[in-house]
Amino acid sequence: MKKIKEQIYKILFSVLAFSSLLFLIGIVFVLFWQGLPILKNIDVVGFITGQLWYPTHDPAEFGILPLILASFWITLGAMFVCVPLGIGSALYINEIANEQQKSILKPLIEVLAAVPSIVFGFFGMVIVAPFIQKLLNLPTGLCAFSASLILGIMAIPAVCSVTEDALSYVPRSFREASFALGANRWQTLTRVIVPAAGSGISTALMLGMSRIVGETMTVLMVAGGAAVIPTSFFEPVRPMTSTIAAEMGEAVIGSPHYHALFAIGLVLFLITLVINVIAEIISKKYRVKLGLSR
Amino acid sequence: MKKSLVAIFLATVLAVNCFAVNKKIVMDGSTTVLPIAQAAAEVFMDANKDIEISVRGGGSGVGATSLVEGTCDIANMSRSMKDSEIQKAAGRGVIAKANVVAMDGIAVIVNPSNTVSALTKKQVKDIYTGKISNWKQIGGQDVKIVVISRDSASGTYEAFGSLALDAQKVRSDALTMASNQQIAVTVSNTPGAVGYVGLGFISEKVKALSIDGVIPSKKSVLTKEYVYSRPLFMYTNGSPKGDVKKLIDFIKSPEGQKLVDEQGFVALK
Repeated sequence: MKKIKEQIYKILFSVLAFSSLLFLIGIVFVLFWQGLPILKNIDVVGFITGQLWYPTHDPAEFGILPLILASFWITLGAMFVCVPLGIGSALYINEIANEQQKSILKPLIEVLAAVPSIVFGFFGMVIVAPFIQKLLNLPTGLCAFSASLILGIMAIPAVCSVTEDALSYVPRSFREASFALGANRWQTLTRVIVPAAGSGISTALMLGMSRIVGETMTVLMVAGGAAVIPTSFFEPVRPMTSTIAAEMGEAVIGSPHYHALFAIGLVLFLITLVINVIAEIISKKYRVKLGLSR
Repeated sequence: MKKSLVAIFLATVLAVNCFAVNKKIVMDGSTTVLPIAQAAAEVFMDANKDIEISVRGGGSGVGATSLVEGTCDIANMSRSMKDSEIQKAAGRGVIAKANVVAMDGIAVIVNPSNTVSALTKKQVKDIYTGKISNWKQIGGQDVKIVVISRDSASGTYEAFGSLALDAQKVRSDALTMASNQQIAVTVSNTPGAVGYVGLGFISEKVKALSIDGVIPSKKSVLTKEYVYSRPLFMYTNGSPKGDVKKLIDFIKSPEGQKLVDEQGFVALK
């Protein structure tokens, strides 16, 4: 009787574990199945390098270069915000903060992660964008800069917690050896601990980057929505995610517009896949270099 | 004992749900028609306590798709259905029937601080298709024009495209917003902005321009004197029947048309 129960539990848990794999395969399959038919209307090079996105015009134009570049610029800008703030706060919490400060800061950063992205978007559209508009005398505050700022702040908790965990995994012996050799705290921090936690930190950065690339509601409300190749950081842009969100509701199922939106989703998925693969490679290199067998 | 109590409680709750007698009407689509639909829904639900109406807005295109897929009973649209949508509907066995519920004018609005008060139809077209980029080119201040438009799901976008732009492309650096309300808010916050909204969204926070000498108002829309006038529709599957018919008849009745007028749109008579 007990043996059968154990078998049942074993099967149950394997099913649950493999179900996520199943969902992933399902999603990839649907993306390819619904996204590839756009190649009937336009070839791959034309789709990715075309500069005009007018899917409902007659004749329709499906060039997504402005969308890809917009996602790229916003991600880059957001990384500039979240890398110093995220890694910096992790370093502070792990190395410099005393117990009391730690107990306040850590929960607060977790709370920042709990704020829904639509609230960030609303906050950005109503408060941050007009503020930046007045501060920098721009024609409009709904631009790549505002979006990057808010997305960077949204990604801080992810980057900070993973980096903090990575730093805490560095063995005490590293620290002690460094002090024994006469290094001061700053030298120990920058030349011993951070490189030792390198694989964890790069994972944290990639996690932040994936979060930023995939963010939809915030950029929908704050980035401005102009499907044009950005010439400056302070112009309205339209990333891939907000294009899909804005237009999917009305695209007639089976129309070229519908397939084009799925194709954008496919491109987005492939970009995130590449980012994750690069992260794995970097993190493996760091592990081998330091001889940490984790 | 505790486990069976929880089970009985859950079963009762589920069973009661199955017996819920509220009849539901779902309206989806245009953000222009949304204020009319919401106002009418509230009054209608007060008078008919057994009917529940839910109103959603995502743009006329979303309403059309919703009607075709059967996820809504009434599609609010601020443009007529495209041929491709009608064909898709027919393919699913849905006969789209248009019911005109109000008239509307698309007003071109600017920030109150803008010195420009009047434009010609050609100037509006040139601004939106990219030929004019600074207010000083049309007699205003030396400020870059921030062109605001809607995304492609919007009926107002399509209507403006055919009425004002002769179906030409909107300039690619125009900002795209998700609703009439969002355009109104952004124009009121941005000194150099220009946008287009339905009549009901004009307030003191924005300035409506006169086009070819005609100020957009209920009178000028009704007499078709204002060039960007258009009907507002509620599409149904076939002729309206039952509770849906009651709702649409109510909106077309004098009492419903009074609500249309109160929301800032133009009543049919």
